[in-house]
Amino acid sequence: MNRPTRLTVAHQSITFSRRMLLLGGAQAAVGAVLVGRLGWLAIAQNQKYQLLSESNRVQLIPVPPRRGWIIDRAGKPIAINRASFRVDIVPQQMEEGRDIVPEVARLLALTLDDVDRIRRDLHASRGFQPVSVAENVTYEQYAGITVRLPDLPGVQATRGYSRYYPDGPAVAHLLGYVGAANAKEYEAEKKNPLLIIPGFKIGKQGLEKSLEPYLRGVPGGQRIEVTARGKLVKELDPKPDRSGQTVQLTIDQGLQQYAARRMGDQSGALVAMDVESGDILAFVSMPAFDPNSFSEGIGQTEWKMLSANDHIPLLNKVSQGLYPSGSTIKPAMALGFLKQGLDPNRKFYCSGGIQIGNRYFRDDAAHGAVDMRSAIEHSCNAYFWAMGLKTNPQQTTEMVNYLGYGQQFDLPVPSQRFGTMPNPKWLEEKYHRAWQGYDTANTSIGQGYVLINPLQLAVMPARIASGKLLQPRLLMAGKRKPVPALDVDSEHLKIIREGMAAVVNGGGTAVASKLPLDGIQMAGKTGTAQVFRLVARGHQGSWALRDHALFIAFAPADKPRYAIGCIIEHGGFGASAAAPVVRDSMTYLFDKEKALAALAPLEQQWGGSLAERNARELAAFKAAAGTTTA
Amino acid sequence: MITSAIIPKPLARLPWRLIFLVAGIAGFGLLVLYSAAGGSVQPWALKQAVIFVGFLGIAIGMSWISEATIKALTFPVYALTLIMLVGVEALGFVGKGAQRWLDLGFIRLQPSEFMKPAIVLTLARFYELVPAGEIRKWRAIWPAMLLLGVPAVLILVQPDLGTCIMVVLCGVTVMFLAGLPWWIFAGPVVAVAVAAPIAYNMLHGYQRKRIDVFLNPESDPLGAGYHISQSKIAIGSGGIWGKGFLQGSQSHLDYLPEGHTDFVFATMAEEWGLVGGVLLIIAFGLVIRWGMRVSASARTRFSQLAAAGLSATIFFYVSINLMMVMGLAPVVGVPLPLVSFGGSAVMTVMLCLGLLMALERQQRTVSTLT
Repeated sequence: MNRPTRLTVAHQSITFSRRMLLLGGAQAAVGAVLVGRLGWLAIAQNQKYQLLSESNRVQLIPVPPRRGWIIDRAGKPIAINRASFRVDIVPQQMEEGRDIVPEVARLLALTLDDVDRIRRDLHASRGFQPVSVAENVTYEQYAGITVRLPDLPGVQATRGYSRYYPDGPAVAHLLGYVGAANAKEYEAEKKNPLLIIPGFKIGKQGLEKSLEPYLRGVPGGQRIEVTARGKLVKELDPKPDRSGQTVQLTIDQGLQQYAARRMGDQSGALVAMDVESGDILAFVSMPAFDPNSFSEGIGQTEWKMLSANDHIPLLNKVSQGLYPSGSTIKPAMALGFLKQGLDPNRKFYCSGGIQIGNRYFRDDAAHGAVDMRSAIEHSCNAYFWAMGLKTNPQQTTEMVNYLGYGQQFDLPVPSQRFGTMPNPKWLEEKYHRAWQGYDTANTSIGQGYVLINPLQLAVMPARIASGKLLQPRLLMAGKRKPVPALDVDSEHLKIIREGMAAVVNGGGTAVASKLPLDGIQMAGKTGTAQVFRLVARGHQGSWALRDHALFIAFAPADKPRYAIGCIIEHGGFGASAAAPVVRDSMTYLFDKEKALAALAPLEQQWGGSLAERNARELAAFKAAAGTTTA
Repeated sequence: MITSAIIPKPLARLPWRLIFLVAGIAGFGLLVLYSAAGGSVQPWALKQAVIFVGFLGIAIGMSWISEATIKALTFPVYALTLIMLVGVEALGFVGKGAQRWLDLGFIRLQPSEFMKPAIVLTLARFYELVPAGEIRKWRAIWPAMLLLGVPAVLILVQPDLGTCIMVVLCGVTVMFLAGLPWWIFAGPVVAVAVAAPIAYNMLHGYQRKRIDVFLNPESDPLGAGYHISQSKIAIGSGGIWGKGFLQGSQSHLDYLPEGHTDFVFATMAEEWGLVGGVLLIIAFGLVIRWGMRVSASARTRFSQLAAAGLSATIFFYVSINLMMVMGLAPVVGVPLPLVSFGGSAVMTVMLCLGLLMALERQQRTVSTLT
């Protein structure tokens, strides 16, 4: 620039050539960069982009697996899949500008709520994913839709499967029910696409929930090629699904159903166990909801009816109901006394009550001279109060706990409550006070702090009957561990069993509940748990104020095979409400005909079978609520 | 050139190598458009073939125009194009929207397309008129800046950032070759670095977003980054040999947007792979080298500058488009000439080639005469 020389045409030519060279070089460099970039994308990153391209191209529509069956110990099905008809709409196949929803709603008699829901779903869906219109439609409706399919582009009527429980309410609390996954469950499974397929159900409660990993199975997949706008181009080779496993329970379907029916309209729970293996044969909580209607998505009306019922049909009383044990604790207390060296033949004179401290504890009756056997037989409170004061309360209560009360068992039942078996140490820790004479007195008859669940009510007689530390089991496939013997003298156990046999067969509290069978005797123990401390015991006018009736039993008394624990809420005396239910259920285990014959007149008196009564109740409730299923 | 006794002389004197090359590129482009339409000549391939053949005929016809005629028409054409640009802007103002073309009833004219060769010729003509001694004077700089700046601004406000960049780059190339001092070119680079943040704020929302996404395309793979992401997937998944003709899933299933226009290279690379891509780049490289050679062996300053500028126009078309589809440049809407569907890019490139052929014929004619 500062050169003084004048620029000539020659200079210009040189500059031009130089700059042409530079420009050509720059162009070649850009070309090289482009080829390099192309190579980088197509070779070095080829795999990454091929994967992305495939995931663009191929969409996987999960094909839901069929849910595994649940069968009883003999292989009888208690939860199966029934063919059902459903109607869906595939938004992509719908005709532009034509609204078919009202037409479909009319054919299927859908409510306005349903129509709103369908419109919302249609709006939110991706083209090829079907939107559920209705599940479990009747065959007539299915057929009605099918013949009109050519006029209803986008509508799909398909046969699917829905969960079916042949025994209905009888297995409700044992099995729970299934339902469509909610938002929380969907999030919890990291947005598993399977969960949002219309019609796919997961276990919501009971065994259906806890056995979900076994029952669900592995989804298959329909691989389809779709365009960016969600239009299906073609179907690729599908991946087959694998059905869920069949799970066998230790339950005896017949007994389960019988016990549920036998309980009638009473509110209560019954658990039956095999005393050899610890197998739970019946797991009944009544009244109950119908899991079939829950699985289909329960109607508002039915839900309201269940919620409003004072017998709490929505509560699983077996695992979650807690009750004072009442006198059913006495055999275990007696075993505790024996362990501490109390002479079972020692006579005690029951004058109708005893004085403890400055309070007089009154018994139901003056039993006169009793020993251990007759104290159990007649459920003499005074004997247990007096002996309780003579022995170490810590050791005695530990024995009761050892036999099952207050224990938690390893069962695939979601949320078990296992109550309390108090002892002096526990009292000190929890309430910071010393164990008093009246604590011994209350505990000796299963009142005060004692709270047990119905499962423990069956484990207790099963352990006494077998002399083994049985653990209850629900799954047949579970590993059978050798059962250790109870750490008690077998002579002591014999005394307790004799006492319990006398309760039913001697002159005890449950003589009215002898088994109607030749050569098979039942041993048992009644219990009556006070609900309200201050009111007098016995029959009350108001149902909710009446005492709970309890009964524990095993049979045959001489060679035990089965044990049953039962509670009837507000049933009054254990002997009058709970013992007959146990008697008939026990009879069923030995002689089905006889048991069913005993049930027939009862059901007639109650106004029909369980299913009939349930249906009638629902109809009455619906009529009262003034709703109709549109 | 083919020398044979049976071929008539005027035909034999055509630059056949170039014509074959261009026809080869365009033919390949037609195959890609055929595939992009799902294996159909409708709606793109057939139309494109007609357009190409038409403009090829025009280009060959243009090769007989003399340099003097080109020179004489340069300024009037430039002025006319400028007027049309203003007209488009006025129409856009009246019609309350972006307007890039003039609808003359029988044809839609996009004046900004004409401006690419026009600016090259105008600047070449201008520097031919500037005496050698004056080239580093301010007098040789400001008129060129004005000639380039006015249309560039008019195109930018259309808004058509891609064409604006093309026009500026073509003009700057001619100015660079004309021998303007270095600081003219180095200065703006520094200035751009400083002014970029300010200019960024003045861009339209969608343009700004495209730049944001260019800097980090994965930030918005479903939104504005979708084009670049899908384009890279198409190219990358093609691999070395490609997925095969009519087998590209990205384009056929509509994942690749604009697969027949701006992103046609991605459609091509998915099916023909690295091999197809490299062959196409080499073919374009040969066309550009042919043009640069015309410039290098030109006798007059006008034809030197014009030939280099016209070659640069083709170069910028190809390179900006390829950088764009491969994620090296923001998406600015520059088509791949001769391959992308659309008449205007074919027209511009064929005008450039026609002018180049005219200048090349001139050299030979002159050489045979002297």
